Amino acid sequence: MTEYAVLVEGVGKTFDGGVTALEDVSLAIAPGEFVSLIGPSGCGKSTLLRIVADLEQPTSGSVSVFGLSARRARVEQKYGIAFQQAGLLDWRTVQSNVALPLELHKVPKRQRAERVRELLNLVGLTDFAEKFPSQLSGGMQQRVAIARALARTPGLLLMDEPFGALDEMTREKMQNDLLRIAEESSAAVVFVTHSIPEAVYLSDRVVVMSPRPGRIVDTLTIDSFDANGDPRESAEFFASITAVRDALHGRTVRSADLR
Amino acid sequence: MKLWLPPVVFGAAALALWQLLTVVAGVPSFLLPSPSAIAEQFVRNLGNIGSASLATGTNALVGLIAGAVLGLLAAMVAVRLRVVDELLTPLAAGAAAVPIVALAPVFNSMFSSTTDLPRRLVVTIVVFFPVFVSAAKGLRQVSAVHHDLMTSYAVGGWQFTRIVRLPSAVPHIFTGLRVAAPNAVIAAIICEYFGGLQNGLGSRITSAAANTAYPRAWAYVMGAIAVGLLFFVVVLLLEKLVSRRRPQERWI
Repeated sequence: MTEYAVLVEGVGKTFDGGVTALEDVSLAIAPGEFVSLIGPSGCGKSTLLRIVADLEQPTSGSVSVFGLSARRARVEQKYGIAFQQAGLLDWRTVQSNVALPLELHKVPKRQRAERVRELLNLVGLTDFAEKFPSQLSGGMQQRVAIARALARTPGLLLMDEPFGALDEMTREKMQNDLLRIAEESSAAVVFVTHSIPEAVYLSDRVVVMSPRPGRIVDTLTIDSFDANGDPRESAEFFASITAVRDALHGRTVRSADLR
Repeated sequence: MKLWLPPVVFGAAALALWQLLTVVAGVPSFLLPSPSAIAEQFVRNLGNIGSASLATGTNALVGLIAGAVLGLLAAMVAVRLRVVDELLTPLAAGAAAVPIVALAPVFNSMFSSTTDLPRRLVVTIVVFFPVFVSAAKGLRQVSAVHHDLMTSYAVGGWQFTRIVRLPSAVPHIFTGLRVAAPNAVIAAIICEYFGGLQNGLGSRITSAAANTAYPRAWAYVMGAIAVGLLFFVVVLLLEKLVSRRRPQERWI
């Protein structure tokens, strides 16, 4: 039996005060797979991500990450996480922000410096190592946050609308970078977004959620796009976008067209 | 126009007016000695003013450091432990309304009044509360995203304090210190008014005034002003030094 990167079984979440954020959500994500969670505000997609990250406890059901409980996985640093806000420490330079998770878990200084160099190279910020976060643009800050999330070479990357605050041009570039980075690090990615094109472009699978209570209404497998020309302008891309839109709006999906 | 010019011109004009008032109008020296008389006494007693300033300044400095360290430690504990927070925060709020210097005579009789200990204790208490209040406020201001991030790193509470809370509280801590530093000097001087050792500025001011040597008393007051300013400036420089590696805050 293959071990899943993330296995969510029958998870429900009711907040104090009786708001049901999630109801009976089940989801299995294979190692190296890129999965987007998409849905309107309040559909519980962020809550689901936070439950996987053990930042939030499910009211019912169970979560395992690489066969471990969510808590064990967090303690053993099995995942890296990035949020909509970069959340960098303003008083630390770019390189010392990236080094933070390594520093906290006692990675020797020599190895640390080497890994930070690698990571900054990966996100294309080598020249900015000595800068402070406030000297960087929003997109660059987010790249620092992604480098930081990758610091301990996790097998799983959790991302909560990391490009939500970026302009469209920067966003497309960041998406390309992320695809390359995910490929190079062979990490599974769970990516929360409310942008249909973003979900379709990035993902192997798109999980469509609906609000009140949050549940999964459909899961769509995205075919690879035509290798010739810009994938964002290919027919397959638009077909997939239409399919996700239909699912979001609760129309029946012609799954035959998809597969 | 230079930034320093207006205050200097104003100060010089005020001094000239003062001199004019005391000499020409003949204001008696027990009411207000002339600036020239004060300056003369200042120069004549320079050595004594220096050693008295040193004695008082040392008391203020020891109390300032002790109070600041204790205030910061207490704030760090209070942010972590609810009991300590509930115990200290109302006390700190109350302490703002209490003239702590009034404790000086009590401490003089509790501890040996022939040492500097009672004075240093008063200064420590005077400094403790503003540092505690502002540090606690700064330590609490942690953004949700930093909190989530540290949880994801599975770090302990004290590590969280060291990595996130303390550095982000630095501007608040210095706000507290800027208030506390001149207060430390004031407290150290006032304590000397209540007897004990006769080595500091406060005791020299009282004894000169008691001997109707008003210009001399004023000369010591000048020394007190200098010590107070010195403390304030040193804290400002320290703040600059600590924040030099940080991005400049933008002022609107």
